[in-house]
This record gives sequence, C-alpha cells and structure tokens, in this order.
Amino acid sequence: MRGRTVTFARSRYGRIALFLGVVVLVQLLTAVADKPFFLTQLTMAAYYTLVTAGLSLLMGYAGQISLGHAAFFAIGGYASGYLTTVDLASSRSASLVALGERLHLLVPRVDLYGGEALSFHPWAAFVLAIALALAVAWLVGVPVLKLKGHYLAMATLGFGTIVYSVLLASQRLGAADGLGSVPPFPLLGGLAVGGGRAGRVANYYVAWVVVALALLVLSNLVQSRVGRALRAIHGAEDAAASMGVDVARYKLRTFVLSAALAAVGGSLLTHFNAGIGPGEAGVMKSVRYVAIVAVGGMGSLWGTVATSAVLTFLSLRGYFGTLDDAVFGGVLILVMLFSPDGVLRLDARGAVAAIRARLTPLPASPREPGGGAAEEKHRSKGVAR
Amino acid sequence: MSLLEVRGLSKRFGGLHAVRDVSFRVERGTVKALIGPNGAGKTTLFNLVSGVLPPDAGTVLLRGEPLDGEPSHRIAARGLSRTFQQIRLFAQMTALENVMVGVHPRSRAGFVAGMLHLPSTWREEKDVERRAREALAFVGAGELADADATSLSYGQQRAVELARALAAEPELLLLDEPAAGLNMRETAELARLIGRIRERGVTVLIVEHDMGLVMKVSDEVAVLSYGQKIADATPRAVQRDPEVIRVYLGDDAC
Amino acid sequence: MSLELVLQYLVAGLTYGTIYAVVGVGFNIIYNTTGIINFAQGEFVMLGGMTAVSLHRVVPMPLAIVGAVLVTMAIGALVEITCIRWLRKPAVLRMIIITIGVSIALRELALLLWGESVRSLPYFTGNEVSSLDLGGVRLSPQVLWSLGTCVTIVVFLRFFFQHTSIGRQMRACAANRDAAALCGIATKNLVTLSFVLSAGIGALAGCVVSPITYTAYNVGTGLAIKGFTVAILGGLGSSMGAVGAGFLVGVLESFSVSLLPAAYKDAISVAVLLAILFLRPSGLFGSREVARLEAA
Repeated sequence: MRGRTVTFARSRYGRIALFLGVVVLVQLLTAVADKPFFLTQLTMAAYYTLVTAGLSLLMGYAGQISLGHAAFFAIGGYASGYLTTVDLASSRSASLVALGERLHLLVPRVDLYGGEALSFHPWAAFVLAIALALAVAWLVGVPVLKLKGHYLAMATLGFGTIVYSVLLASQRLGAADGLGSVPPFPLLGGLAVGGGRAGRVANYYVAWVVVALALLVLSNLVQSRVGRALRAIHGAEDAAASMGVDVARYKLRTFVLSAALAAVGGSLLTHFNAGIGPGEAGVMKSVRYVAIVAVGGMGSLWGTVATSAVLTFLSLRGYFGTLDDAVFGGVLILVMLFSPDGVLRLDARGAVAAIRARLTPLPASPREPGGGAAEEKHRSKGVAR
Repeated sequence: MSLLEVRGLSKRFGGLHAVRDVSFRVERGTVKALIGPNGAGKTTLFNLVSGVLPPDAGTVLLRGEPLDGEPSHRIAARGLSRTFQQIRLFAQMTALENVMVGVHPRSRAGFVAGMLHLPSTWREEKDVERRAREALAFVGAGELADADATSLSYGQQRAVELARALAAEPELLLLDEPAAGLNMRETAELARLIGRIRERGVTVLIVEHDMGLVMKVSDEVAVLSYGQKIADATPRAVQRDPEVIRVYLGDDAC
Repeated sequence: MSLELVLQYLVAGLTYGTIYAVVGVGFNIIYNTTGIINFAQGEFVMLGGMTAVSLHRVVPMPLAIVGAVLVTMAIGALVEITCIRWLRKPAVLRMIIITIGVSIALRELALLLWGESVRSLPYFTGNEVSSLDLGGVRLSPQVLWSLGTCVTIVVFLRFFFQHTSIGRQMRACAANRDAAALCGIATKNLVTLSFVLSAGIGALAGCVVSPITYTAYNVGTGLAIKGFTVAILGGLGSSMGAVGAGFLVGVLESFSVSLLPAAYKDAISVAVLLAILFLRPSGLFGSREVARLEAA
C-alpha cells in the first residue's frame, strides 16, 4: 500500500495532485488567518510563475539563457490590453470591422466617459496576443539562437531593451503610464480573470489551475522524446546532432514555447490587474526571472515553481522594502557561487545521502520514500565513488 | 553501387592540408578500416563524412546520393551513425537514456505530442525503450541500463556509446578509435562485437591504431599519410605494401 | 541640416563615444585574461563618477578623482576575489549570471548610498557655458578633456601590454592560460589585476565625462550594452577597434536624434548590436569553433 502511494507521488500526475493540494491548503490558511488580501499577490505570483516555468525549460533543458523574457510577458499583456480597450466604433463602416462584429470577435462596451465603444473580445485579443508573441519569438529566435553564451545573453538583453524603450515611447500604449481599464477575461460559468475584490478566491484558483495545466504539459514534455533530446543537447551538442537531433530547431521551439507561456502570463495578469505598465518589460524584470530559475534549480520545474511563488509573493507584498532588487541580486550571486544547481533542487536529499555514505563505512541506510529519479541517479554516483 | 563513396575530399586548416584529394569506397556489408600515423587526417576525414565539418572540395555519396552541405543531424537520419574518439556521452542521463537518444531518428513524437502525452506517444516511448535495451544487451551492457552514464568505467562508456550508435539502426557505422583506452581482453571482445555487427548487415568504417584489431576485423584497409591516401587494399596486401611499411609500420616499429 | 549642426552632432557623438569606447576596452581587458564578459562593467563607470562627486565635497577635484579611481579599483578587486577567483572552470552560463548579480548588487548599493538623484562633477575648466570656437563649431573644453583621457588610457594600455613584464604576462595568460600557469605565471593574480585595471579605467572615464553626460545609480546596464556593442563591433579583444567603434556608435546615436524620437536613442546601439551579431555570427566565433573540434 505504502509503495503504491510512493509511486503515485513520484509520477507527474501525483505531483500535480500534490501541487493542487498545496494550492488549496494555502487558500484555507489565508482564510483561517483572516488575510484574504494575500490572495491578490498570490494570484499575481501565479501568472509570473508561468514565465519562470517556461524559462526553466529553456535554461535547464535547452541550456539557453534569455535576458529578454519580460519583453514577451509585456507583449502578451500589452497586446491583450490594447485590443480590449481600443475603440473601433468610428470605423464601423470598414468591412473588416463589421465582419469582426458579426463574428462577435469585436464586442461593444461602455467606455470611461459613458460612451459606446467597440473593442476586441478578450478571447479574440488573447489569441491574437499569443500569436503575436509566437511570431516575435520566432523572428527573434531564428537569428539569436545561433549565438552562444555571452552573445546570446547580450542579444536577448538588447531585445528586451528595445521592447522596453518602444513601449515607453509609444503614446498609443500609454507611454510611461501604460494601459488601464482593461476589462476582465470571461471564463466558463460566470468565472472571470480580474473583476475586483469579489472574485478574489475564484481568481486565485483560476490562476493556479492555469499554472497546474502548464506544469502538466511541461512535465509531459520533459519526460518525452523531445525532453530527452533537449537534455542531450545540454550535455553534448555535437554528439546530439550526430544522433540525429536537429539542435537549432529544438532550441528555437523551446524558446518559442517559453515565450508563449510568458505571453499567456502577461495577458492574464493584465486582465487581472485591469492594466499593465512599461515596467513589466524592464531589464530588471527579466533578470528576476533568471534569478528565480537559478535559485529553483535550472531544469527543475518544481523547484522553479516553488521559488517563484515564494519570492514573487514576498516581493509583491513589499517584504523586501527598498532592498527588493538587491535581494534578487544577492540571492543570484550566492546561489550561483555556492549551489549552482539551485537550492531547492529535489536531489538535495541525494547529496545528503552521498555525504552520509561517505561518513559511514557501510553502504547507505535503507531507501526512503520520496525524492525522484534524480535522487536515485545521485545515489548511484555516490556508490560509484 | 557502393554504400559510401568519397570522391576527391579535401580540407585545409590555415596552412595545414589536413585531408588532400582523398577518394575511397566502402562496399555494403563490409568492414573497412582507415589507418595512418597520428595527424594523418583520419579524424578530420570522419568529421567531413559525418557532416561535422564542411569539406573545401570533393563529395561524399551515401547510397549514391550526395551528402554535400547536409548538417550532421540530417546525415544521421539518412542512416549514418558514429562514435567519437573522445567519448561524448550525455552527462546527467542514465546509460539507457543515452541509448534512447540514439533511437531519435527512428522515432517521431514532437513538441505537441510530447506535451499532450497521447497514447500513441506513450506506445512509441515503450518501443524506443525496448530498442534501446536491445542495443545495450547487444553490446553486453544490458545490466548498466540504469547507471549514470558518465560514472561508468571507460570500457563501459565505450560500450554504451556503441549501443547508442547502434540503436539508430544505421546502415553505416563510423567508429572513431573504438579500442583506444581498452585493455587486451576488452579489445578482443570489441573485435568479436564488430564481427557480430557486420553479421547484422551493418556496414562499418573504422579508424583505429590497434593493428591487431584492424587486421582481424577488416575486409579492406585504406592508409592515410599527411592527408593523402597511399594504399587501399586487403589487410594482407596492405601489410606487404612497401610504401605503407615505410611511412606507417616502419614508424610504428621505432 | 547645416554643416554647423552636423559638426555639433559629431562633437556630441564623440563625447558619448568616449565613454562607450572605454567601457568596451574594459570588457576586452577582462575578456582577454579570463574569457568572461563582465556584465558589471557599466557599474564601474557609474561608481567612479558617483564616488568622485561625493569626495569632491571634501577634497579638491584632482584628489577626488584619484580617490574615486582607487575606490573603484578596490571594488573591482573585491568582486574578483569574492566571486570569480575561487571557482574552478565555471560554466559560461554560471559566470554570466554571477556578473549580472554583481551588477545588480553594485547598483543597489549605489541606490542606498546616493539615492535616485542625478549627479555630476563640475566642469574641469570653465563652466557649462564656456566654449572654444573651432572653425565655427562650439566645443566645450570638457569634450577635449574626455577625448584626451580616452587617448591617454589607450596609449597607457598599449604601453602596459607591450612593454611591461606584467602586461606581457597578461597577454601570455590570454593566449593560453594553462601554458602560462605552467611557465610559472601567477595567473590568478593577473585575473585580479585585469579586474582592477578595467575598474580603474572605467572609473576614470566615468569622472571625466560626468559633467556632460551626468551619472546616476542606474546608468550601468545601458553602458554595459553599449560597451559590449562597441567591443563586438571593434573585434572582441582589440582596444583600438573598441575606440573606433565607440566613436562610431556615439556619432550614430547622436545623429539618430535628428531622425527619430529621442526615446529611441538607446535602441539604436542595440539595433546595431543585434545587426552585427546576426549578420556575422560565424565570423565572430567560427574560427574558434573549428579549432575546438580539431583539438578534440
């Protein structure tokens, strides 16, 4: 019986179930502690976690750094925000606009001053926003991913800078103020992303279920043929190519996939917050995402998610005060210096076991439940030593 | 038609003419060896054939079709598989996972299939694993499946790398100094293994320093010296060739 | 555009070009000895300027500048000793992340010490309105100070690397670190020295241009991107190339203002960077790749 529970907990579905359990537990805790306002920041943290989960795949599995992922987040958010607030009522005569209205892609709404406006339906805007992010990621990715190491880091940093300065300089996108009055994003059964304080609990659950779905898809991917090929690329690129792995294509697809996830996060957070500002595209944001992945352990999806949820929540609640950026910088240095595989990596337990095996002359203690395949690998290494 | 035909292949690195106008053929179902003193251009030739380096001149034909300018992953998909002189196993992956990467060109699941984990994907994964285990068992490393690949002994790593190349079910297998670093017993095993690979109908092109191994396993031997081919015949004939004795075996005897 | 205006833009471009050139040269010094691109390079410039402004309140300007350069050099040494020196063959990704972390830490330190205000040293000679008239072009004396400093730095570095024993050892270290170590060269100390040197020249440039360009806690990242552009454009490792490229990028930026909204000014050099990286990716590191494969 116990063995079966352990196997289930180790499987990807078991982990997702465990994850959802933690999500419920946290919500109950906020209810018991009478701090329902925590849910707002926890919801925002979920959408940022979509960015870091994708980035974890890119950095940990494809071995590529991106210092421009905040740009994709902002592209998703700005596209959604702009399309759902732009007013096309004056161009009703144009056949395309009329067609859009007939197909319910464009919907009428009441603008700030009580007048009637015609804007994109949030779902239509969402699809367009993700498509835009995919297209930009592809266009940027094709040339950028030919680069390596420092060149790649600088090129993605440069891309992020361009997006940031364009957003800051565009009056149509609200320049330094960004976009506001973005409508909620309707889901099934009257649920919606955004819509103020009333839907706080529902919003919290929606956000984390979206994260759970993303995690399911990503953990499927890393355990598939593609995930194996990506790890092979990370290990020895030329050997992977000699085994028939199309290295350039796999890197590009991973980059595009992670950019799309970032855009989903950006779009949904913009609906939740009813707006977005250019700061979301800033270099510091991109660096934060990299920091979170580094701390969580590159290629460790679960470590990244845990780190992302905790650090982002603390940061959003303002616990770091004026030291907010400094905390991320400091953590980045410390983790990279002393534990480059991340502090929350699940095989930390394996390292402890290895140390214990070295201290005691006889082979290690009986196997404990928990841990994963990674832990076992570490153990066999320890024995070999 | 020969399985592999190399015509007038040349490659320079700065002033060094690493490979100069080399031509040879490998017939289907045979084992051909490339030998020559250090720096004769054997590894460069291998890298040219497997698409790791682009040639300056000349063509490589696989089944009569040119491989010109094809990247190495596409050459691999066309049935050419290789091992490396310095072992290149994928770190932080088990031996089995390493060999499963070898099955890559013989499987299909892409990003979408992988993300959705469809029943067909799942079946394909099972099949990939089965083929990988078979390949490991074939090289006599079946029991190493779950070991961390880079923690294995040198000989074991060579075996896993060979299994990885075989798992792609290649028509042509390129072995770059497979006996380097092996002891006598392991080398003898390797010779038997190459014989069994040949029995499976896989054509083998091998670069090797160990003359005993080369003479035992090869049907034909080509000799390179300073980037040029100086002999190409049966092992027995090559051993008697005065030019070869002068540049190669003579040097070796010193 | 009148000729006079063109010359005016040219002069402005050269001034900014000076600082880009020096940051580019700083990248090169560290890259040559370690193979690391130090993402905190721009912060050295910022620290130099900010420290000098603070010191100038108590000591005369030349002393303030010397003090600022020494302080920044010490910080450069500290960074190397705490974050680089004791790592054995770290992965590139790890080094990138560490130097990014250092860059953030230095910037946040500056924010704590000096706040968000924009600062500058006074003009070395005259003031903001004094100008020299060179054939119709009005030139602030500070521009001459900047150009002069840049030339001095490059000449000094050339002399240092060609004609001093330590400089030659650093070049040996750049060519082949293991071989240099085998010849008894203390490579680790040379790496520290390269950080000290590049921090020092960055700080000096930061002081000299601050009256014109101003400085604030957050100017480092932008300078790093531009300095990197310049280093790549001039050929990674070449000081002369970096100087030429620095002036080119500076002038390009300055002229862009007449064509595009000023907000896009920063995007220009990034666009240049991306264009070089995309158009000549193989030219930038292709040869080294081949060398690596051959060695294998």
